[in-house]
Amino acid sequence: MSKLLPWLFVAALALLPVAFPDPYLLAVLTSAGIFIIGAISLNLLLGYTGQLSLGHVAFFGLGAYTSALAALGFDIGIGFGLRITLAPQPAWLGFIAAIVVAGGFGWLLGRLAFRVRGAYFVIITICFAQVLRMVALNWIELTQGPMALISIPPFSLWLPGQGVVALYSKAQNYWLVLAVAVVAFLVVRQVVESRIGRALVALRSNESLARSVGIRVTHYLVIAAVISAGIAGAAGSLFAHYVRIVDPDVFLFIYTVTMVIMVITGGKGTLWGPVVGGLIFGLIPDLLRGHAAPEAQWVAYGVAMILFVMFLPRGIVPALASLRPRP
Amino acid sequence: MSPLLRVENLAVHIGGLVAIADASFSVPEGQVVSLIGPNGAGKTTAFNVITGYMRPTAGRILFDGAEITGLSPDRIAERGIVRSFQRTSVFTGCTVLENALMALHRRGSAGLLGALLRLPSARREEARLRAEAWAMLEFVGLAGRAETPAEVLAYGEQRRLGIALAAIASPRLLLLDEPAAGLNPSETAECMALIRQLRDRGMTVLLVEHDMPMVMQISDAIVVLNQGRIIATGAPAEIRRHPEVIRAYLGSGEYQEAGHAAA
Ligand SMILES: Nc1ncnc2c1ncn2[C@@H]1O[C@H](COP(=O)(O)OP(=O)(O)OP(=O)(O)O)[C@@H](O)[C@H]1O
Ligand SMILES: [Mg+2]
Repeated sequence: MSKLLPWLFVAALALLPVAFPDPYLLAVLTSAGIFIIGAISLNLLLGYTGQLSLGHVAFFGLGAYTSALAALGFDIGIGFGLRITLAPQPAWLGFIAAIVVAGGFGWLLGRLAFRVRGAYFVIITICFAQVLRMVALNWIELTQGPMALISIPPFSLWLPGQGVVALYSKAQNYWLVLAVAVVAFLVVRQVVESRIGRALVALRSNESLARSVGIRVTHYLVIAAVISAGIAGAAGSLFAHYVRIVDPDVFLFIYTVTMVIMVITGGKGTLWGPVVGGLIFGLIPDLLRGHAAPEAQWVAYGVAMILFVMFLPRGIVPALASLRPRP
Repeated sequence: MSPLLRVENLAVHIGGLVAIADASFSVPEGQVVSLIGPNGAGKTTAFNVITGYMRPTAGRILFDGAEITGLSPDRIAERGIVRSFQRTSVFTGCTVLENALMALHRRGSAGLLGALLRLPSARREEARLRAEAWAMLEFVGLAGRAETPAEVLAYGEQRRLGIALAAIASPRLLLLDEPAAGLNPSETAECMALIRQLRDRGMTVLLVEHDMPMVMQISDAIVVLNQGRIIATGAPAEIRRHPEVIRAYLGSGEYQEAGHAAA
């Protein structure tokens, strides 16, 4: 029963476009879904290793730019009269490149930043995202700077019997995001429920004890950072092909904050936390749109966040779990 | 035969304080060696240096003939030295069984691919680790508490779990820092029996303990540390009569074998 429930939930979500083919609803759910994938990836770091990465959006942005540049192609000078040229590539290739590039930066950041932990780690991650934003703003030849990368083609997939199909419709994009979200969830679950996940939780719970029994801190934190960054990069790729425009604002701090809020209210360190928190905080702003001024929305957001932290400090999912009667 | 552990001319200065001045001792394989001395003598500091939590100012640590000075704690654990902590240390927020599985980390090898794809080899390893965890919990008498969160355990049980976590990693050399601290006499007896059993399983033990009756009964050899210097080394019978040890630590020599609560 409890094993079946998640799949029923996924099946219900998958049937939604058929039952309620409302384009506005699908659009809202699709963009919420992209952020939920980001939150799922952040949860692996924040929830399971306890490391607060306040620059998480960097990996999201890297994924978005990588995908956009792969899809559009580029031709840039790198000095000494040398040029690097890339012809436009199919979307799936850009998607994989986004995961690899973001994962690679996750590895680099992990190697450098996990030597320091706590506040310094938080500061380094913030700086990392800011530096990338500066690069995106100023490397105009590659990124077009504030003019943004535009006319990014929609995601295209090879489908049996139909060949390569560009996903123009709202429902197709919705299904794509849902599928990637399910895969991201499963990847995190597999990692968390393994020897690696146990090592991560051991490090979070009691680092010196964990080291004394031979758990290598940096090794496992870097593994978590690479997976987390790779998934965030995948979310960024979906974002680029869905919104079809990428500008330096994808690196804005507010997006990291949104993901952190989703993870904390849902319940960090639980598999379903980022999904539940992501659905609530991904949908509220759109549900309020048209009923309240944007300023009022942000106030409502802030108040809701404070209430959650005060009354459900461990998040919604752990609170619900503790309500369930134990046999 | 060379000893399993050799500490050579160890010196540790913390700020201006000399925690260990110039200490050399060794631990032969298969024995229980105790490191005793008054509060602040430098016993825990010695443990911290041997297990890589602190860097020595001077001196070398040799394990099984190879130098391990300055390696990180996790590397030293991989070599086969695992310690327990003076202040109770368990994985809080995790059940006793999860604690055991975490401490068994080094006994497994499954990596990322095995985890993601749930490869048969990874599943088999997981089953083996669980069996080992249960066996160890049976062995230390905590199997009945397997599903209890570690922080909920009674004090004595937490101490026992702390020792079990170090032992479960199946080190060649087990360092125990005051395992009987705060235990009542019957718990102390159980603790002593546990250490003996671990030795009989082939573990070499370096023990720090203030409970003198226990130390005298269980040790093959005793090293006495005072103000960062080793003032005596020898079998329990010699240490008991050593005049400098009596002056510095044992007091007037009037301590009783039975029921003497350690300072
Ligand atoms: N991290 C530290 N910073 C400053 N001083 C320290 C530190 N660790 C140990 N010391 C000092 O070094 C000396 C030796 O301490 P240590 O903890 O090794 O003693 P001990 O023999 O384990 O004592 P006890 O029996 O009380 O556990 C003490 O004077 C202690 O105050
Ligand atoms: Mg001590």
